[in-house]
Amino acid sequence: MVLVYITSQNGISKSALEAVSYARKLSKEVTVITCGTASEKELAVLGQYGANSILVNRLINGDDQQQVTRLISDFALSLSAETILFSHDFTGKAIAPRLSVRLKAGLVSGAISLPGEDGTIKVNVFSGKAMAHVKVNTPVKIISLLPNSIPLELNESACSIKEIDGDFGATSITIISVKKPEGAIPLPEAELVVSAGRGMKGPENWAIIENLASALGAATACSRPVADIGWRPHHEHVGQTGVAIRPNLYIAVGISGAIQHLAGVNGSKVIVVVNTDSEAPFFKAADYGVIGDAFDVIPKLTEAVIKFKSSNS
Amino acid sequence: MNILVCISKSPDTTSKIAFIENNKVFDENGVQYIVNPYDEWYALVRALELKETLGGQVTIITVGTANDDAIMRKALAIGADEAFRIDADAKDAYYTAYQIGHFAKEKGFDLVLTGKETINFNGSQVGGMIAEVLDLPFISLASKLDIVDKTVSVEREIAGGIQVVEASIPIVISCAKGMAEQRIPNMRGIMAARTKPLQIVTPVSVEELTSYVSFVTPASKAAVKIIDASNMDELVRLLHSEAKVI
Ligand SMILES: Cc1cc2nc3c(=O)[nH]c(=O)nc-3n(C[C@H](O)[C@H](O)[C@H](O)COP(=O)(O)OP(=O)(O)OC[C@H]3O[C@@H](n4cnc5c(N)ncnc54)[C@H](O)[C@@H]3O)c2cc1C
Ligand SMILES: Nc1ncnc2c1ncn2[C@@H]1O[C@H](COP(=O)(O)O)[C@@H](O)[C@H]1O
Repeated sequence: MVLVYITSQNGISKSALEAVSYARKLSKEVTVITCGTASEKELAVLGQYGANSILVNRLINGDDQQQVTRLISDFALSLSAETILFSHDFTGKAIAPRLSVRLKAGLVSGAISLPGEDGTIKVNVFSGKAMAHVKVNTPVKIISLLPNSIPLELNESACSIKEIDGDFGATSITIISVKKPEGAIPLPEAELVVSAGRGMKGPENWAIIENLASALGAATACSRPVADIGWRPHHEHVGQTGVAIRPNLYIAVGISGAIQHLAGVNGSKVIVVVNTDSEAPFFKAADYGVIGDAFDVIPKLTEAVIKFKSSNS
Repeated sequence: MNILVCISKSPDTTSKIAFIENNKVFDENGVQYIVNPYDEWYALVRALELKETLGGQVTIITVGTANDDAIMRKALAIGADEAFRIDADAKDAYYTAYQIGHFAKEKGFDLVLTGKETINFNGSQVGGMIAEVLDLPFISLASKLDIVDKTVSVEREIAGGIQVVEASIPIVISCAKGMAEQRIPNMRGIMAARTKPLQIVTPVSVEELTSYVSFVTPASKAAVKIIDASNMDELVRLLHSEAKVI
């Protein structure tokens, strides 16, 4: 059987559904484990993607990863899980490695494929410039799945929800406060991303970028210098030293396409580049290119998107 | 404050990524190695700043071969006090973390810092694994770190936001952007680094849990399709019916 750990404090994310879809491809027996206060109604959606059973611990909230590791480890052992699945997000990155040591089970971190015939799983390495086939040498396997790597698949299953308890030790981490941008789409999960760089000249010019993003229902991102000089918030910075993303569509406006920037976005399925300079290196990595001034092109593109959406709805 | 900083190497970003021996081995020919930027800019520099205000000692450690001595010298030149190299090929994250955990166990470090991830394997695994080997709390992806008495106060990234958390030392923390600013080693640091101790430690015997079987480089992209700047309807049409992304 496959055990899937998901976070549910802020609702069920798309990457959680991806993890369940992936688990279902590995086994017909999929148990989801989570903690916190999500309602049964919220959790039930996991059943539509193939979960047969959901275990929810309401006594801990999931912020202390040492507690969560103990929780998952106990259930992995008592249910004899063959595979334990995480989403390779902020929580997966903190818990999966701990669990790997605790269970002495090999971890494939940032998986982008199902196991192949030889049992190996693909992961991105060298900042997306290559892929590796990784083999797990232990009977129990841990996989953390990179968001946006496999398609969601509906697989309606009869699904039970059960509350669980147990003693997982006192929490060693106290949450003081949380700063969350309201309503924004978390960048690593976004399917469409509009990103801009120094070509925008100044922070006051970002409205056209935000308008395009909102017309598309896209998240916004930026190049590193733009975050460094404070034109845009740090969490928008993509690239080698920022967030790595792999959306379906990445629109890069006024970004030259330095190798360190490409490292964070070259997993995108389709790349559109808008740049005044036809020699900008980004065009070599692009699927579609527009040679032109962002201040002229982007409002026109936004208009075209709005027109398309209204004629298509 | 007694701080251990885990240092790894990564190929300079302009390095050509290629593989040899039937795509089984990374081709190091002509590859220039640098200190992994997260380890250098964020973990090491913050450790030095904490030492400067709180006193104590900054020790660096790597799991690697004699080829890695150069990056250790660089880290010493930036200001670390002492360096250890566990003399082994870092086979996988578990192997690496086990070696570091075993080394750190009886040494009484208040703080173990790692980078957010390595540029070559991008696993984000080693920090959490060290924490479990040492049975310590772990805070991942910290963008700010302060210490008052025995309390650490950390800002960490969570889905689409920032969480401010507190915990007690000893603790393991992985460091991301925001922690500190890059420091360029000066001549004095470089000279001093030559006489600082770089000690070699024999690895303990432990099996790796995963193996890298082979590598592939992605197929090169088809040439870009240029769309006239005055025809954005055409771009939208292509994104919809050809690329099928909107
Ligand atoms: C170790 C290291 C790590 C790094 N990590 C990252 C990282 O993670 N992410 C990252 O992004 N960078 C990173 N960098 C920096 C990177 O090398 C580049 O300097 C940076 O990406 C350039 O940002 P930019 O494209 O916004 O600016 P520029 O390179 O200045 O490019 C601006 C572009 O805008 C175009 N332009 C100008 N006016 C207009 C207009 N009106 N309309 C349309 N286009 C216009 C120009 O032709 C130009 O191509 C890193 C660098 C190093 C050394
Ligand atoms: N061979 C190594 N020696 C010492 N520290 C390492 C080594 N490999 C990784 N680390 C540390 O662990 C962090 C995360 O690495 P990774 O899990 O490979 O992404 C790095 O930023 C380093 O701080």
